[in-house]
Amino acid sequence: MTHWIVAPIILPALVAPFVVLTARYHIGIQRVLSVAAIVALIAVAASLAWQAADGTTTLYQMSDWAAPFGIVLVADRLSTMMVLLTSVLALFVLLYAIGSGWDDRGRHFHALFQFQLMGIMGAFLTGDLFNLFVFFEVLLIASYGLMIHAGGNARLKAGVQYVLFNLIGSTLFLFALGSLYAETGTLNMADLAQRVALIGPEETVGIRVASVLLLLVFAIKAALVPLHFWLPSSYSEAPAPVAALFAIMTKVGAYAIIRVYTMVFPPELDSTVGLFDVWLLPAALVSLALGMMGVLAAKKLDRLVAFSVIGSMGMVMISISLFTPEGIAAALYYIVHSTLVGATLFLISDLVRTGRANLDLTPQPVIAGNALTAGLYFAAAIAMAGLPPLSGFLGKLLVLDAAYDSALLVWIWAIVLSSSLISILGFARAGSILFWKAHSVEAGEDRDFGVRPSALSYVAVGGLITLLAAHTILAGQVHGYTTKMAAQLFSPEPYISQVLETPGKLSKSKEGDH
Amino acid sequence: MELLVASAIGVLTAGGIYLTLRLRTFPVILGVSLLTYAVNVFLFTSGRLTVGAPPILQDGVDVYADPLPQALVLTAIVISFGMTAVVVMIGLGAFLGSDDDHVDDLPGEQSQTNESASESTS
Repeated sequence: MTHWIVAPIILPALVAPFVVLTARYHIGIQRVLSVAAIVALIAVAASLAWQAADGTTTLYQMSDWAAPFGIVLVADRLSTMMVLLTSVLALFVLLYAIGSGWDDRGRHFHALFQFQLMGIMGAFLTGDLFNLFVFFEVLLIASYGLMIHAGGNARLKAGVQYVLFNLIGSTLFLFALGSLYAETGTLNMADLAQRVALIGPEETVGIRVASVLLLLVFAIKAALVPLHFWLPSSYSEAPAPVAALFAIMTKVGAYAIIRVYTMVFPPELDSTVGLFDVWLLPAALVSLALGMMGVLAAKKLDRLVAFSVIGSMGMVMISISLFTPEGIAAALYYIVHSTLVGATLFLISDLVRTGRANLDLTPQPVIAGNALTAGLYFAAAIAMAGLPPLSGFLGKLLVLDAAYDSALLVWIWAIVLSSSLISILGFARAGSILFWKAHSVEAGEDRDFGVRPSALSYVAVGGLITLLAAHTILAGQVHGYTTKMAAQLFSPEPYISQVLETPGKLSKSKEGDH
Repeated sequence: MELLVASAIGVLTAGGIYLTLRLRTFPVILGVSLLTYAVNVFLFTSGRLTVGAPPILQDGVDVYADPLPQALVLTAIVISFGMTAVVVMIGLGAFLGSDDDHVDDLPGEQSQTNESASESTS
């Protein structure tokens, strides 16, 4: 049994208290430790992804207790890809936070950042629903601290909304887990998959309630309309690097839906029939439309980006709710794209903010580094709106292609295409006001260019855009890999037998006892 | 006993939901606390209600209490306790900073329209 699977959780969990205890007052040492930890994390994540690439599912049993009695971590293609994506995103976000000095505007940024990573990694790797809940709470409580980092009234107010909404979400999660446990007597995902399949068609009341409650919880995390209300103000009020890291948090919800609903509640199950095509798909379509309309209607750049995140989550959820291997493969490709581009846009909005009094979409004097920032914004907006040549276009094409067999084909095509047009208008309007109309504004005598963003900030944003470009150029390989991933997800038997049949401590002597 | 526990969960949940739909921080926090109490009892009952049954295997005993939900409840209690403490602190900070404890305010210029809209619906 390899112990490396637990490293993405243990490493941040050790670095965070270490940072607090030893380097409290030394921002320089904190930065070095934090970056070093994330570079190590990327190395571990890459080797895990490499290990899982050939389709092997690796199991880690805590204290060697066999499932379903012990807690397990499972690394397959999907979870290792998400772990790798998170760690790479975290590196660039951290570089930006250091370059822009955000981490020095309040206390304990680096410690909270590491705890947040620990929660996200745990959520991706766990094979147990209750541990999914626990890791959700770990990532949430770290995110509360990060959300109100550097303080300020508006931020605290948005923080209260964010925390309350997520508290209610956590309570719902517990209700879902309770009813699931009452019905099946287990919370291990592989064990659940076997037991749920055994429930007869006339006894599905409880399990239906549980599956819908669980879907609601994950939809809250994924900011699906009408459960998206927490997202716009909290993401736009959060410090930009934090909002950029939060770009992965909505994907945790999408990941949980994919994981739980391919394995525990597969589409051929009687008890969950209609859950996706009747409920999730229309909600996803509304999310996409509403998000992109929000892009056009937003009066501030940070809210515009927040709404575009809702829209792109709608896109991901459309693809997921088709619930075919093609749909999931397209969704996974789009998840990577949407995470990178969402983070990039939040960081760019902070680049714009450095030279301006506020982020209102009104003409204001030219900001420092206008041309470069405008260029980055242009690239990121193209990617988010889904225009060629960047990966948003390819992702959208894959989703449209996967939707061919859907009953709502016309609706999907109409809404995806028209919302793309709306978002192009929204981004073009915002960009021309921010960067072009600035030249027509007469700057006063006491004109202050503001602080020029540091080179490291540009490196971080540029790095993310380079990743987007790589995601486009290697689209064939990436999509091939996500197709394999979807195939693995749709035949979960090896996963289940791996989890349940691997012997652990005491299991040899127990055999034959009962 | 089932009726008693079930109606306790129901009453707690109803009260919690009513309070979370209020507009000010304090009732909302109380409502969320009530909801977490309700879910704790609910989790506890998900292992079936038994009286005086041992949770650990013993000779000559047929009825056992399920120990797992109790462990789950313990975790849930600790987490919800910590979360409530965090939200009280953040809510207090927001109230002391802006002298206003409305939960639904949006920052900036949108707050006016939002407030009037929420008042007309309430």
